[in-house]
Amino acid sequence: MLEITNLQIRAGGKDILRGINFRVNKGEVHAIMGPNGSGKSTLARVLAGHPDYEVAGGTVTYEGRDLLEMSPEDRAREGLFMAFQYPVEIPGVNNAYFLKAAINAKRKHQDLPELDAMEFMALVKEKANILHIDPALLSRPVNEGFSGGEKKRNEIFQMAVLEPKLAILDETDSGLDIDALKTVAEGVNAMRSPDRAIVVVTHYQRLLNYIVPDFVHVLQDGRIVRSGGKELARHLEEKGYGWIEAEPQLM
Amino acid sequence: MSTSTETIEELATREYKYGFVTDVEAEEIPAGLNEDIIRLISAKKHEPEWLLEWRLKAYRVWLKMKEPTWHNLKINPIDYQKIIYYSAPKQKPSLKSLDEVDPEVRKTFEKLGIPIDEQKMLSGVAVDAVFDSVSVATTFKKQLADVGIIFCSFSEAVQHHPDLVKKYLGSVVPHTDNFYAALNSAVFTDGSFAYIPKGVRCPMELSTYFRINAKGSGQFERTLIVADEGAYVSYLEGCTAPMRDENQLHAAVVELVALDNATIKYSTIQNWYPGDHEGKGGIYNFVTKRGNCLGVNSKITWTQVETGSAITWKYPSCILQGDNSVGEFYSVATTNNMQQADTGTKMVHLGKNTRSTIVSKGISAGKGQNTYRGQVKIAKKAQGARNYSQCDSLLIGDKCGAHTFPYLEIGNASAKVEHEASTSKIGEDQIFYLRQRGLSAEDAVNMIVNGFCKDVFRELPMEFAVEAQKLLGISLEGSVG
Repeated sequence: MLEITNLQIRAGGKDILRGINFRVNKGEVHAIMGPNGSGKSTLARVLAGHPDYEVAGGTVTYEGRDLLEMSPEDRAREGLFMAFQYPVEIPGVNNAYFLKAAINAKRKHQDLPELDAMEFMALVKEKANILHIDPALLSRPVNEGFSGGEKKRNEIFQMAVLEPKLAILDETDSGLDIDALKTVAEGVNAMRSPDRAIVVVTHYQRLLNYIVPDFVHVLQDGRIVRSGGKELARHLEEKGYGWIEAEPQLM
Repeated sequence: MSTSTETIEELATREYKYGFVTDVEAEEIPAGLNEDIIRLISAKKHEPEWLLEWRLKAYRVWLKMKEPTWHNLKINPIDYQKIIYYSAPKQKPSLKSLDEVDPEVRKTFEKLGIPIDEQKMLSGVAVDAVFDSVSVATTFKKQLADVGIIFCSFSEAVQHHPDLVKKYLGSVVPHTDNFYAALNSAVFTDGSFAYIPKGVRCPMELSTYFRINAKGSGQFERTLIVADEGAYVSYLEGCTAPMRDENQLHAAVVELVALDNATIKYSTIQNWYPGDHEGKGGIYNFVTKRGNCLGVNSKITWTQVETGSAITWKYPSCILQGDNSVGEFYSVATTNNMQQADTGTKMVHLGKNTRSTIVSKGISAGKGQNTYRGQVKIAKKAQGARNYSQCDSLLIGDKCGAHTFPYLEIGNASAKVEHEASTSKIGEDQIFYLRQRGLSAEDAVNMIVNGFCKDVFRELPMEFAVEAQKLLGISLEGSVG
């Protein structure tokens, strides 16, 4: 589904990613871990098409297409979703209105008829039930005045409504207390499916107790320095990121 | 360059949709301004002597006045002798039915989405269509007359309802008020007149659609709306003009009078030609609008969406004379490219327990300059007066400007006056967030801007709120990159 080959990214005159390689198949959950400044959020944002980054080399193929050539909205319409580390506030714009516009932009792209208000409300109510989200959230302006936990839950809620093929969660656990973390993880787990891939970007192993990944990649200084199964995350938790530097793995 | 910049720049080159010219034979008088021209205009309209005298009085005052300079605008000098003060499409002197309107003129309004054919009329909206200097058609007149409402062109009102006109003309905006109002008083040619009798709730929206067509002409219209005791009316005006390289002057005066327990809602969607990207051409929109809440418990609400014009200079105001009267001003003003706006309101509290609300949303993009200028004046006797003002500015890009000049004059210690102001920028992060959810860059900007303007849009009549949202989108095209 997603194949990243030797991806090199520059921003503000600095090399941030220095040759990333990995592959994500349908149905898999990958975790990308790494210390602050390792480039893991950059990777998430580059995949979503953030305009601040310059591609210095490498390729990214998504569903057989050159992802880097696609506009951010086309990536979204083709099923790529990113849950933001810092969800943005859009004052005055009602959450439901925004979601309806988003879902219909995607449906239009797929040559599906747009959902009318009734169909849309039925869909979001169903999703809100699954995720235990208060439907009152829908009538509030997008992320405005939301607590940190509400913002993150709103991201997961949007993900559930938009039903992406590839979901990238950018430090969705940051700033969450343990209860909120569990709710968010439950939501993500409910989305696991053989047709969907999920990439979880995180600093801490904590989230991975609840969203158990199939693969873990450790990013340091813009490179993946180690890949492994879920046990790799536990090692990191016990020994810290310094452990990898002390015992470099031969690539 | 990001993809968003490319799409948006492509859109920016789209032309002003209403910029076409109608080929219609016009009756024009020579350019220039003097007492003979005023006599000629008055004669063409078969006006009574008192009105001609009033015009001449205004003209003589105007000659001694100077253009205001206190605003935050750069205005190219206007040669008042080069303006044509009267231009009208040639048509039969009196029309028996709307079907007799010149087909070209009728087509023009149809193209603008304002059908004046009896069969195609907008349901629930009565329209007075003003083309250059004259009103060419008014719809639903009969239905309105059945409940005693007078809705007609100003010229017609002068002929058929001279007492009402004489009583209220200049009663809110005197001919001495300011330079442009004095000029208008001397040379005004047409406009709309509405009178809602006692206790009548106007059953439909009244509206006037102003169209400037002729080259080198100015439009000087005059609108007068009187709501008698307990009456209610909602009125809306829209404006467009062809694309021309030279600036054209539009200097209108609007007067509203609300008697005891009467309510007037006055909404404007202003979309005059804004000029091109370098600032060539465009309408100078210098307008004096004022309402007098003359009676107790009366209410006047101004709602404006100002997206067009090269320069906008207007301050729809309320004089809160009656006790417990209410004045409201809701405004969205956008300036893109080289547009300039200096707009706001005046709330003059004279009566006891008078209340006013001001909500101003300024949006600047391109090299646009947007100024909010508002005055709240609480007179000595205005016991218990209250005002709330909120002025928000939104900046798109880094070459535009937003300025806020609130003036407060409090003469009574019991007054409560609140003022809030904010300035924000549309963030790249907001746009990216919405694009990540599948919205195009321009839809993203539209959504953000519409959210910003929501408090104002919800004051507009339903069908026009939709129109206003679309218009805002068009006028801001090309503003993000």
